[in-house]
Amino acid sequence: MDCEHICTIIHVYFDHELSAASDAKFKLHLEHCSDCVADLDACDLVRDSLQRSHIYAHAPALLQRNIRADLRSFAPTTAWSQPLWWYWLAAVAALLFVTILLGRVGHGLRGDDYQAELAGEIVDAHVRSLQPGPLTGIASDDGRIVKGWLDAKLKFAIAVRNFANEGFALQGGRLDVMEGRSVAVLVYERNGHPINVFIWRTREPDTSPRAGSRQGFQWVDWRKGKIEFCAVSDADLVDLEKLHQLISSSA
Amino acid sequence: MNDLDAENRLRFEQLVLPHVDAAFNLARWLLRSRADAEDVAQEALLRACRFFRGFQGGDVRAWLLQIVRNTCYSWLDKNRPRELMVEFHEELHPQPAATPESMAIADEGRERLTRALETLPPRHRAVLVLRELEGCSYKEIAAITSIPIGTVMSSLSRARRQLHSALVNPGCKELLRGL
Ligand SMILES: [Zn+2]
Repeated sequence: MDCEHICTIIHVYFDHELSAASDAKFKLHLEHCSDCVADLDACDLVRDSLQRSHIYAHAPALLQRNIRADLRSFAPTTAWSQPLWWYWLAAVAALLFVTILLGRVGHGLRGDDYQAELAGEIVDAHVRSLQPGPLTGIASDDGRIVKGWLDAKLKFAIAVRNFANEGFALQGGRLDVMEGRSVAVLVYERNGHPINVFIWRTREPDTSPRAGSRQGFQWVDWRKGKIEFCAVSDADLVDLEKLHQLISSSA
Repeated sequence: MNDLDAENRLRFEQLVLPHVDAAFNLARWLLRSRADAEDVAQEALLRACRFFRGFQGGDVRAWLLQIVRNTCYSWLDKNRPRELMVEFHEELHPQPAATPESMAIADEGRERLTRALETLPPRHRAVLVLRELEGCSYKEIAAITSIPIGTVMSSLSRARRQLHSALVNPGCKELLRGL
C-alpha cells in the first residue's frame, strides 16, 4: 500500500469501518510506517478534544417544551379553539387536494415504479443543488436573460417567467444531468423555500399534475406540449400546485 | 394531511423525541448559532411530524437528522446564502463572537475549538459533527447528508486534518492540554 492512497484509509481504519481483511492488512502497514502512526495520533487528538470539551449542544428545555406544544396541537383530541379551526380546515383542504392528485396518478401512463425512481433522481438533484459548491448556471430575476442562457445550451426552447408578483421570485436557471440527458432547471423562491423546476423534452402525451413526497421534499410533475416539468421543494405542496398553474398558463 | 392520530402521536413521541438533542446539536453546528438552531430545529421537528406517516421504520435518528440537515440548508440558502458557496479550501469567517454563549465559555480551549469547528466549510463540519459528536456510522452520515460514502470518507479526512492544524497552531497546545 502506498501512503498517498492511505491518507483516507487511516480515517476509515480509525473509525473501524474497514473490512476485516483490510483492517489486518493495514495493521501490518502500521508496524513500519511512522507517518501513518503520527496521523492516527492526530485523529485521536481531534476526537479527544471534541469529546472532552463538552461542546455537544443539548436542546434547551424551552425547545423541548415548544416541540411538545406543537405536537399537542397536532393531536385530534385538542379542544376546538378558533385558530385550530382554521388549521383543521387547511388540513382538510390539503388532504382533499392530495387525494385528487393521487386519483389522477392512477391514470398515469407509466408505472408507479418508474415514477418513484424518477422522483428519487429528481429529489437527489434538488438535494445536490442545496449542497455547497459552485453551480453552473445563471443567477438572474430576468426571465429573458435566463431563457437566453438556457436556449444557447439546450436543444429545445422553454418559456421563462418571473412570477414575483404572484409570490414566486425567479432566482435563475442552470443545467443538470438526469438519466444521462441534459435538463433545464429553473429556480424559484417561495417564502424562503427554494423550488427547483426540472424541465426536459419528452415524447409522451400531456398529463395532469401528479404529486408525491420523498426524503422530506415534495414534487409535482406534469407534461405539456412534449415538455415534462417536475417542481421539487420543501415548500408546501399547495405552493407547488400554484407554480404549476402559473407555468402552464404562461407557456 | 397534517394531523397525527393518537396512536401515531404516541409513536412519534416514543421514537422521535429522544433524538431532539441530536437534532439541536446538528442544527447548532450547521447554523453556528444557538438562537437560530432553536428555531430551525423546531421547524424541522414540525416537518418530521408531518412526514412521520411516510417513515417506513428503520434508523429513526438518521431519518430525523436528514430532515434537520435539509431544513438547515434551506434556512442558510435563504438567510446566509454565501455560507453555502464556501469552497472547500476556504475557511468561513467566524460568526460574531459577542453572543451570550461564547461569553459564557469560560474555558479558552473550548472557545478555540468552537471557533475552529465553525470555520470549517459546512459539509466538512456536518460530517465531523455527525461522526465525532453523534457517533454516526459512515452509512448513516451518507444517508443524512445525501453524499456518497466515498465523499463522506474524504470529507472526514479533510475535516480532521483542518481541525488538527487549527488545534496545534503555536500557542494552542497549552490550551488543549488544559481541556
Ligand atoms: Zn503509511
